[in-house]
Amino acid sequence: MSLEKFYYDNRTVKWFAYACMFWGLIGMLAGLWAALELVIPGLNMGFAPITFGRLRPVHTNAVIFAFVGNGIFMGVYYSLQRLCKARMFSDLLSKVHFWGWQAIIAGGALTLFLGYTTGKEYAELEWPFDIAITLIWVVFGANMLGTILRRRESHLYVAIWFYIGTWVAIAMLHIINSFEFPLSLFKSYSWYAGVQDALVQWWYGHNAVAFFLTTPYLGLMYYFVPKATNRPVYSYRWSIIHFWSLIFIYIWAGPHHLLYTALPEWAQSLGTAFSIMLIAPSWGGMLNGLLTLRGAWDRVREDAILKFFVVALTCYGMATFEGPMLSLKNVNAISHYTDWTIAHVHVGALGWNGFLTFGILYWMIPRIFGTQLFSRKWANTHFWIGTLGIIFYVIPLYWAAFTQSMMWKQFTEEGQLKYQFMETVTTIVPMYALRAVGGMLYISGLILMIVNLTKTIRKGAFIANEAAEAPALPKEIVTHGKAHWHNWIERRPIQLVVFSLVVVAIGGLLEMMPTFLIRSNIPTISSVKPYTPLELHGRDIYLREGCYNCHSQMIRPFRDEVARYGEYSKAGEFVYDHPFQWGSKRTGPDLARIGGKYPDSWHFNHMLDPTSMSPGSIMPAYPWLFEERVDKSKTPAMINVMRKLGVPYAAGYEQQAIADLEKQAQGIAASLQKDKLPIKADREIIALIAYLQRMGKDIKSAPKPAPVANNAEF
Amino acid sequence: MKFINYLGSIAGISIYPMASLLLFTTFFVAASLWAFKADKKMVDHISRIPLDNDDTNAQ
Repeated sequence: MSLEKFYYDNRTVKWFAYACMFWGLIGMLAGLWAALELVIPGLNMGFAPITFGRLRPVHTNAVIFAFVGNGIFMGVYYSLQRLCKARMFSDLLSKVHFWGWQAIIAGGALTLFLGYTTGKEYAELEWPFDIAITLIWVVFGANMLGTILRRRESHLYVAIWFYIGTWVAIAMLHIINSFEFPLSLFKSYSWYAGVQDALVQWWYGHNAVAFFLTTPYLGLMYYFVPKATNRPVYSYRWSIIHFWSLIFIYIWAGPHHLLYTALPEWAQSLGTAFSIMLIAPSWGGMLNGLLTLRGAWDRVREDAILKFFVVALTCYGMATFEGPMLSLKNVNAISHYTDWTIAHVHVGALGWNGFLTFGILYWMIPRIFGTQLFSRKWANTHFWIGTLGIIFYVIPLYWAAFTQSMMWKQFTEEGQLKYQFMETVTTIVPMYALRAVGGMLYISGLILMIVNLTKTIRKGAFIANEAAEAPALPKEIVTHGKAHWHNWIERRPIQLVVFSLVVVAIGGLLEMMPTFLIRSNIPTISSVKPYTPLELHGRDIYLREGCYNCHSQMIRPFRDEVARYGEYSKAGEFVYDHPFQWGSKRTGPDLARIGGKYPDSWHFNHMLDPTSMSPGSIMPAYPWLFEERVDKSKTPAMINVMRKLGVPYAAGYEQQAIADLEKQAQGIAASLQKDKLPIKADREIIALIAYLQRMGKDIKSAPKPAPVANNAEF
Repeated sequence: MKFINYLGSIAGISIYPMASLLLFTTFFVAASLWAFKADKKMVDHISRIPLDNDDTNAQ
C-alpha cells in the first residue's frame, strides 16, 4: 500500500501552549492576590476592579477557561492529529479558534474587572461573550470533526471519544445555562428564576467541572501517559467502560451542590446517589492511568514528567473520592459554605489539571522544537515546589473549614450560639495566610517552568510542519476477528457524537424536567412581591460587586442557622430572583434575612468602613458606592425585561417606576439624615441599602404557619 | 424540619428515579459486555495507536 506524505501542524499547538502558560500565570496571580485580600482587606487599595468580589471571578474564569481551556486545545491539537494520522482539518479554522478564544478571554477579564457579570458562578461572562463562546466552540468542533473524518487510522482511539464527549456536553451545558434576556450591551438577566435557576446553574456548574476540567483531561491522560511511558494504557477495555459510564453518570450529579437548600428533596437524593456511583468510573480511570506506569516505576524516580503524571492521577483519585463524600448530606452539612469546597476544587485544579498540564508541556515543548529539555533538574525542582505548594494550600483550608464549621454549630449550655460569626472568621485568618504561602510556592514553580521552557525553546528550532507518512484509509475496513455491534460506533465519529449527546441529554432532561414542569406548582407565597425599582438597582449593584462570592442567601434548616440567621429559606421566596443568588461560600454571614436586622445607618457605615461596625471584619470598603449615581435611565427597561421574564409588574408600571424609585430613595436618605449621615438620594449606596433592607422580609408579613419541629440531625 | 416535597403532587414522579437507575444499569451492562467481549487483537491494535507514530525528532 502506498504511503501518503503529510505534515502535522505544530504552530497552533505552540500558540495554545504559550497562551496556556501566559494565562495560567495571570489567572494564578489573580488568585493569589484575592487570597491575600482575605488576610489584608486593604489590598484592593480602594480600587473597585480588584476588590475580592470582582477579582475572584476573574481568577476562576481565567484558570478554568484560559489556563485549562488553552491546555485542552494544546493537547487536543497535538494528539488528535497524531491519533488520526492527519493534519488538522483547516489551518484557517485553527487560527480563528485560537484568536477567537484569546479575544473572549481578554474581553471577558476586562468586563469582569469592570463589574459586568451575570452573577452566576463560573458562567459570569455576559451575553455577547456567551454568543462568542458558542461560535468559537462550533469552530473548534468543526475543525475536530473535519480532522476525524479525514483520518488515516480506521479506529478512533479512546482519547478522541473523550474529546467528542467533551465537545457535545459543553455545547449543551453552555447553551442551556446561558439563556438570558439582554438589558443592554453588557447586562442581562437569567431567563430562569430562583429554584429553577439554581438547578440549571449547578447542573451547569457541576458538569463544567466534569466536561471541561475532567473529560478532556482524561482524554489527554489516555494519550500522553502512554506516550511518556512508551507503553500502551493498562487496560483499553476499562477505558471504554470508563468513558461511557463517566459521561452517563456525571450529568446527573449537579444537585449535590444544593443539598439542604430549597431544592426539592427528590432532586437532592438523585444528585447524591449518582455522585456515589461516580466513584467507580473515576477510580477505574485513575487506576488505569497509574497501572500504565507499571514496570516504569524506576523511571518515575528520575523523570519529572512521570512524577507530575503520578501526582496528577493521585489528585484526580483523591478529588473524585472526596466529591462523592461531600455529596453525602451529613458530610455536606459540615462542608458546605466553608473552605472545604475551596480546598476540594484546588486538589483538582492544582493537582489534576495543573500537574497534568505541566507534565504535558515538559514532554511536548522539546519535541516540537526538536531539542531536549533545558534543565531536568529544574523540572524536578518545579515538581517538588509545586507539590509543597499544593500541600500548603489545601491543608490549612481543610483545617479552617473544620474549625469554622464546628464553631458555627456550637451552642452554650443555655442554648445560645456560642460564637459570633466574626469570631469564627478571625480564628481562621491565619489559615488563609498559610494558604497564600501555598499559592506563592505553586506559582514560583510555574515561573520556574516558564523560564526552563523558554530556555528550551531558545536552544531548539521550531518544527512548524512535522512530516509524517501513513497509508490512506482503506475503503473497506478490515476488522480483526469477528465483527461486533459496537464496531458500528467504534469507527464512526458522527454516530459517536450523536450517541454521546443522547447519553448526556438523558440525564439532563430527566433531572430537570420535573422542575420545569412544575412552574405553577412552586408554592407561591402570596406575601412575596416583586422588587421595587430601587431594589432592582440595588440588586444589580450587589451582583456587580460580586457579593455572592462571600455571602449566601440560603438558610438551611439547621438549628444553628435558624438561630443565627432566622427562619430557613423557602422555595417560594425566590420566584422573582433573576438570577438566583444563593451563593456557595460564607466568607461573610448569610444575608437571606438581613432585611430589617440593622438600621439603614448601620449599612451606610458598614459599607464605608466594615470594621467600624464589625471589628475584625475582612470585608473590603466600598467608598465608590457613595460617589456613583444610580442610572435611572435604565429603570423602565429593567421593569420591561423583568416583566418579559414573568415578574408581574402591572401594565404601564415602567412609566411610574422612576417616580417610585425617587420616593423610596428620598425616604432612605431622610432616615440616614436623622442619624446625621447626610447623603444625596441618587447615590448607589441608597439603592444597595434598599435591596439589603428588603431581603427575606416578605415572608415575615405572611400569616404565621404552624410551628416547625426542630430538625432531627442538628 | 422537612421541606414540603412539592414535587410529590406530580403524578407518577417516582418513575423518574427508577427509570434513571434502570437506564444506567442497562447501559453499564451493555458497555461492559462489549468491552469484555471485544476481540483481543483489535483491542491491542487500538491501544497501541498513540505509540504508532514515528516521532523521529523525539528524544
